[in-house]
Formats: sequence, structure tokens, C-alpha cells
Amino acid sequence: MRFALRRLAFFVLTLWAALTLNFLLPRLMPGNPAVAMIAKFKGGVSPQALKALESQFGVETHKSLISQYGSYLGNMATGRFGTSLSQYPASVGHIVMNAIPWTLGLVGITTIFAFILGTGIGILGAWRRGGALDSIMPPTFVITSVIPYFWLGLVLILIFGVQLKWLPYFFSYDYTLTPSFSLSFIGNVLEHAVLPATTLLITTIGTWILTMRNTMITTLAEDYVRMARAKGLSGRRIMLDYAARNAILPNLTGFAMSLGFVLGGAILIEYVFNYQGVGYWLLAAVDNEDYPLMQALFLLITVAVLVAILISDIATALLDPRTRDAG
Amino acid sequence: MAMIRPLTGPAGPGQAGLPISESRLPARSRYPAIRGLQRMVTAIRSNRKATWGFVLLVLFCLVSAFPGLIAHDDPSAMIYPVSLGPSAHHLLGTTGLGQDMFAQVIWGARPVLLIAFGVGIAATGIAVLIGVAAAYLGGLWDAVLNLLTDVLLVIPLFPLLIIIAGYLHSAGTLVMIAVITFTGWSYTARQLRSQALSLRNREFLEAARVRGERPLYIVVVEIIPTMTSLIVASFLTNALYAVLFSTSLQFIGLGDPTIVSWGTMLRAAENNEAFQTGQALWIIAPGLCIVALGAAFALLNYAFDEIGNPALRPLRRARVKQSR
Repeated sequence: MRFALRRLAFFVLTLWAALTLNFLLPRLMPGNPAVAMIAKFKGGVSPQALKALESQFGVETHKSLISQYGSYLGNMATGRFGTSLSQYPASVGHIVMNAIPWTLGLVGITTIFAFILGTGIGILGAWRRGGALDSIMPPTFVITSVIPYFWLGLVLILIFGVQLKWLPYFFSYDYTLTPSFSLSFIGNVLEHAVLPATTLLITTIGTWILTMRNTMITTLAEDYVRMARAKGLSGRRIMLDYAARNAILPNLTGFAMSLGFVLGGAILIEYVFNYQGVGYWLLAAVDNEDYPLMQALFLLITVAVLVAILISDIATALLDPRTRDAG
Repeated sequence: MAMIRPLTGPAGPGQAGLPISESRLPARSRYPAIRGLQRMVTAIRSNRKATWGFVLLVLFCLVSAFPGLIAHDDPSAMIYPVSLGPSAHHLLGTTGLGQDMFAQVIWGARPVLLIAFGVGIAATGIAVLIGVAAAYLGGLWDAVLNLLTDVLLVIPLFPLLIIIAGYLHSAGTLVMIAVITFTGWSYTARQLRSQALSLRNREFLEAARVRGERPLYIVVVEIIPTMTSLIVASFLTNALYAVLFSTSLQFIGLGDPTIVSWGTMLRAAENNEAFQTGQALWIIAPGLCIVALGAAFALLNYAFDEIGNPALRPLRRARVKQSR
């Protein structure tokens, strides 16, 4: 219980740090970027929205920094993120809500798939030490995990989109279709997800494989594994029930954390494929100097990570009593 | 073949949630720093991954030190016919803007390497200072510095980088180094702290304290040299992230567009629809360079991990060694 409370306190503290960072950054930057933004959108948005914006970014100078900070925290706590400027008059909340499902679908499912596949390959590689799989695995996946997401995406577009014309590579579905729950529309969405998902799978799977392999190798040297061999248990049983079951714990923690990174983890993939998820909108907001939208998305991405870490800490403590004291 | 001396200490996996091994314990010797470097040289010579990583890294360093000797064209001059194919005059052809692509790839190495080394050194410096100070000073200092590290560790780095770069508009090389260092030092600081913590009660530190040495002397002369291999690993990790982050930022248009660099090349290629105009090389060449440089840092790092944890090494070589 004390452990959970301590993690919760850390969660609140980190959230506060992220909020404060969001508040301070535009005010600390040289030449106050918010002034430029407001000047740019003057005339395009209603005077009311402009006024709200000025107070959000501290452009109106008669208020003290402390009272600006107070009203900022109040707005964030009550979910008032303001109006988007580049998509005026849509509210920031509306855009964010529309973006989340696309990222969750694409990146979330791919992350789960990469974890299961990567862990499986890692287990097999460690089990057959010295085999063909094991000897080519480390160098190969060390290299795949340094390929920049966006570049692999471009290369896959070049091969399968432009040259072979097998798969679409723009947006999350065909522009001409209206979204519906029909079979043909879902098929179209899946078709558009193949290339971005493959990009993400290739670049992320290496880490799962290598961490699983490396922990598994250490676990296989443990006495209880030798004991299991001495008892004459089947190889399959030793591999899965004795070694893998214990070796998977660090990977499981990593997996829980990576679920938190889903929202912000594939920004460049969404950018390259013009896939309208959270990352795509974050870059669009940066590009258009739409700071309210940018701040809200950064906050969303951070909160997702913090929640995932909180859950994974508590889950690890439940699964492995030894970690409770380490805090 | 020279034997690699296994490092003392348990060769366990990294702590939960930290995939990189924290088990590089130092060998006890009179000159730990020199011993650490010797071990690295041996490692580079005997571990094939380390050899490859080292050769690649040296190659890139040479290229970025003397780009003019390799490519004679001005990389940013738009003076040639656009979108030429590869030829003897233009080894990689020309870009859609009429620049010599080979010259761009060669000259583009320098800013990337500057950022990689700049961030690697600066972030490692901060990580060593904060990590070791936290562990050695203990008490309230440790609590505060550790909390700072932990908070920064969980805030998503790349989105934060994008936000900061977005406010700054077109970040040049120095700004890029500063921003990536500011956001990136925490991960290795944490590793260094746990390493320093494990050293805190060792006898040689006790001896130094009894001699009446000042804390600064103990940290700089006694503790830091024993962590050479971890410090090198920290440098490699930070340099690798700097390569990936800086080229990504340049690609999405948050870098200085006037610098010739692999990231800005890719941005120009995408903006000019390199695929549609049959200019595949414009995208493939700079990208392969990023992967090769990233692989150099990553292979070296993985190889040092293998050396720290002998169980991870390829089995076949171990057998050869036994038979000799």
C-alpha cells in the first residue's frame, strides 16, 4: 500500500512538472513565439478567441505570472484546452478526440503484435544457443533498431507504393469513401494500415527480441533450470514453464511502458504516411504555429506514458515481491 | 587470439525496465582508467561487432574531417541540370534542385557527427556529474537529484524535443546539441548512479576518506575512473539518440534548412517528390548513411554489453577458445 501511494505521489509530481513545462516553455523562448502566433492569426479568429489565447500564453502583460499560472492550471484541470487556430473554429478537444482512435488502432495493435512476436523469437533464439537463428539475430536486430522510422517508411512507400503499386500509402482510408461500418470500408482501412504497421513492426521488434534473448540466456544458467533438466522434463516444458516464464518479467514491464508510448511513439510514421493520428496532428500544429493544439497533444502523450508507468509499477510489484522495497 | 578478461562481479541482466545491462563492474587495479581503455582496445580487436562498429565510426570521422578531399563539388550550389542519373561526373547523380548528390552526402556527414559527439560528450558529462554526485553525496542531495532524473526520464523525449524545436524555429547545430542534451541526459544518469551507489562502501573509497581527501577529489580521482566502460557506453547511447533525433527533427523541418545534412537532404527530397520523379537515390543515399552511423554506435554498445556479460557472447567463438 505504501508502495502504491509513493508511486501515486510520483505520478502527480511528474504530471505537475509536465504541466509547468508546457506553461513555461513559450514564455522562456527567445522572441516570445506566442506573440508571433497571435499576430499571425489576428483577423482570422474571433476577438473572443484571441483574448482567451492571449491569457493562455501570457501575452496580456497586466496579470502577474503567478495568477497566469493559476488560471492555466485551472483550465487544464477542467479540460479547457482552448480553440485550435489552424482548424478554427474546431475546439482542441474535438481534434484530439478524433485523432486518438486512429493512433490507438494503428500503433497500439502493432505494438502488441511486435511484443508477442519479438518475445517468441527471443525465447527460441536463446533456447537454441549457437543455432543459425541465434548467430545472425543480434547483429541483424541491433541494426534494424537504429533505422529511423521515417526513412524505412519512405523506402517501403518507394518499393510497395510507387514501384509495385501494391498498397496505398496516403491517409488512413480512401478519400472517396465515406466512413461506415461496412466490410469494404474496414477492408480499405486495413489496406492503408499495412505499410505504416510494417514500418513500425520492423523498427521496434529488435528491442523485444534482444532483451528477451539476453534475459533468457541468463535465466537458462540458473540452478532450477538445471534441476528441471535433471528431472528429465521435456525441453518444451523447461523452455516455456521454467525459463521463459521467469525471464519475461523485465520484458513485461517494458511492454506496459511501451503501451504508454503508443500515442506519441509513431509521430514520424504518421507524418510520412499522412495518417491522421495524434502524431500527425502534433506536427501539423507545430508547422502551423497552432500552440494550443500542440500543448494539448503533448500533455495527452505525457499523461498516457505516466498512467502506463503507474500501472506497470504496480503490476510488477504484484508479480514480483522483490521489487517492492527497491521503490 | 587475446583473451578477453571477464569483468568481476555478477553478470546479471539489467534491472526491470532497463534493457541495457547495468552490470559492467570495474576490474580492481591500480590505474582503472587505463585498464578500462586497454580492455576496450582488446574488445575492439577481438569482438567482430565492435570491430565493425569501430571501423564504420572512424570512416565517418575521416569523411567529416576532410569532406573537400573526397567530394570536389560545392554541396549547396544549384548549378547542374536537375535529376541526372549516376555518372562519372556525378557519382550519385544530381538532386531535383540541381546539386551534386555525392557532395551533399559527403558534406552532410559533418553536422550529424558534430551533433552526435557534442550530445554524447555533453549529456554524458551531465549524467556523470548528476549521477555520481547523487550517489556519493546521499541524503537530501540524492533524493532531489534522483527525483529530477526520474521526472525527466518519464516525460516523452521526442514529443518534448518537437515542442521545444517548434517554439525555436529552425534550430542550428549548436541549438540542436543543447536541446537534445537537455532532454536526453537522464537515462544514462540513472545507470551511472546505480553503478556509483554500488561502489559507495568499497574499501578504496573508505581509505580515501580516512586519508582526509575532499569529496570532489574522491569523486573525480577515485570514483569516476572506475566507471570508464559505463561512461563510454553512456557516450555511445547518447550519440546514437542524437543521430536519430537530430536527423528526424531536420526531416520534419525543425532544423536549419541552410545546413547541408542528411536530415535536411531527406526533407528536400520529400518536398520535391523524389519518388514521383524517379529520384530514389536522393532518399536512399542519406538514409543509408544515417543507418550506418547509427549502427556503428549501436554495434559498439552491444559489443561492450557482451563483454560486460560474457554469457551473451556468440557460442561458437567460445568453443574455439576452449579448444586452444
